[in-house]
Amino acid sequence: MTDEYKPPALPSPFSNTSPAPVLLTQGAEAHVYKTVSLDPSIPAALKIRPSKPYRHPILDRRLTRQRIIQEARCMVKLVREGVSVPAVLSMDWEGQGGENGGWGGAWLLMEWIDGPVVRIVLEQWEAWMKKNSASLDQSQLEQEEERVRGLLRRVGHALGGLHKAGVVHGDLTTSNLMLRSPSTSSDPGPTGVSMEGEVVLIDFGLASQTAQDEDRAVDLYVLERAMGSTHPRSEPLFEALMQGYRESYKGATSALKRLADVRLRGRKRSMLG
Amino acid sequence: MIGIGMEGSANKVAIGIMLHPDDGSEAKVLANVRHTYNAPPGEGFLPKDTARHHRAWVVKLVKKALKEAKVTVDDVDCICFTQGPGMGAPLQSVAIAARMLSLLWGKKLVGVNHCVGHIEMGRLITGATNPVVLYVSGGNTQVIAYSSQRYRIFGETLDIAVGNCLDRFARTLHIPNDPAPGYNIEQLAKKSKRLVDLPYVVKGMDCSFSGILAAIDGLAASWGLGGPEQAKADAESDSNAEHTSEDPDGKPTRADLCFSLQETVYAMLVEITERAMAHVGSKEVLIVGGVGCNERLQEMMAIMARDRGGSIFATDERFCIDNGIMIAQAGMLSYKTGLTTPLKETACTQRFRTDSVWVKWRDD
Repeated sequence: MTDEYKPPALPSPFSNTSPAPVLLTQGAEAHVYKTVSLDPSIPAALKIRPSKPYRHPILDRRLTRQRIIQEARCMVKLVREGVSVPAVLSMDWEGQGGENGGWGGAWLLMEWIDGPVVRIVLEQWEAWMKKNSASLDQSQLEQEEERVRGLLRRVGHALGGLHKAGVVHGDLTTSNLMLRSPSTSSDPGPTGVSMEGEVVLIDFGLASQTAQDEDRAVDLYVLERAMGSTHPRSEPLFEALMQGYRESYKGATSALKRLADVRLRGRKRSMLG
Repeated sequence: MIGIGMEGSANKVAIGIMLHPDDGSEAKVLANVRHTYNAPPGEGFLPKDTARHHRAWVVKLVKKALKEAKVTVDDVDCICFTQGPGMGAPLQSVAIAARMLSLLWGKKLVGVNHCVGHIEMGRLITGATNPVVLYVSGGNTQVIAYSSQRYRIFGETLDIAVGNCLDRFARTLHIPNDPAPGYNIEQLAKKSKRLVDLPYVVKGMDCSFSGILAAIDGLAASWGLGGPEQAKADAESDSNAEHTSEDPDGKPTRADLCFSLQETVYAMLVEITERAMAHVGSKEVLIVGGVGCNERLQEMMAIMARDRGGSIFATDERFCIDNGIMIAQAGMLSYKTGLTTPLKETACTQRFRTDSVWVKWRDD
């Protein structure tokens, strides 16, 4: 019953580019590759939504097309509004790029963001702190926490910009936040973990355009829950993110007020009965 | 150890007798009997009628099961019964029967969560060790995975169950409820290949079916496809003929609607299951519950699992559809760890979350 897993074939023109695209991650919906755009020296990120053969072909086309266009539209809108997200370079939503015409999937080519995801940055910082925090004096400890607060405040600013533009992300986690590596790096401090760089939001696969406080609050709540489970040590500093968010746009106060309600309600019924 | 399982949470009253050999070898089914209450076409089963049916049948079925299993009352170790979730009145009538037998024979009672019963039976029959479970039936739609002694719900329906959506559409079309409305929809759907556009509602790992039902009921009404006259005309026409309408923009047939409904809701179920598999990193998927008998759902799930390098486990109608042995199986696992239900705590409940059960018998 079990077949060896092989990722679906790449659509043209990516099937014959050199160097060949490298698979980075595979989710339930899409595969992400690193490839190049126009010139071998320009890196780019390629997101492929393969056709799902279990679905009826008409339904499959409809969903794949709808979702990739939704994603691209949100990103294009955010670029226009000056929110830092990867630029959309090109896309194919009709699935015409396949070898035999009937490939059925869709793809989206995006600007390559060079830098780590915030999850890795925080994990490294937490690991270092766990090992070495005992040897730091009070002022160094505060300095370190202040650095994380600074990062989270910048994240809050980025999210405020996103919501101000009328888009919610739908799947905010620290894996979907990146730090664009600055051209000149500054001193990373004793931990060796740099927190410099512009915060870039990625993966708009579940994003939608809305201006409702409810949707914005749920967006923040999802991130808050994700922070709590993946970065327990940084969680107390989450307030800095809220502060950054509050400063970033006018409607933030009412979205945060709604967040208090969402917290009480939970995203879904209790998982422990 | 021998246990009796008594199930009556919906329109089936079922008694099962299981043997767990003391030497630890594989569990054996000694008896699996069931009687189904079917409402006439165009109607659903009402709690009071269903309860009356269960009360009338439960004693007969217990006698029949004991005879089939060739065991006497003295051989029985425990009496397991469905404590919930389900319809109140039918649950109560079977719980009363279970309490009566317990007092009469002096046997311990074990209250069982219906969903956990399905999962444990699926695991026993298929041999799947730690699968992502899709539990789909007339009353429940959940994507479940095991983690530290709980069956955790990763995704579920936000409103009605998928089986309820199918059953109610069968009512609209006056499709017979015998042997099961979902089965008859499946047969009718086989005669069509034309997909009609329906809403597709997936939110993360959750899904919703009530809007789809409203949409397809609306389509049936606007094309005049519902009601008993249409059902009669359908039955009289050549049953082997293709029922697909030729014109892609023209009037759809009843078969087209059944086909489209199945394609849409099953695609949603497979999608949320795939997302849960990606999330927990599992490669096994087990389908349980009445809707799990559907061959098209099994086929779609198998394609998805194959493309992820995984495998699918499914069972046939003997174990998929509500039965007594699954209650016996889950109850005996619990009984072996020393968990029984004192008489005072045997009240049943219509709402009984899958993740509220302490799965003491698993420690992986």
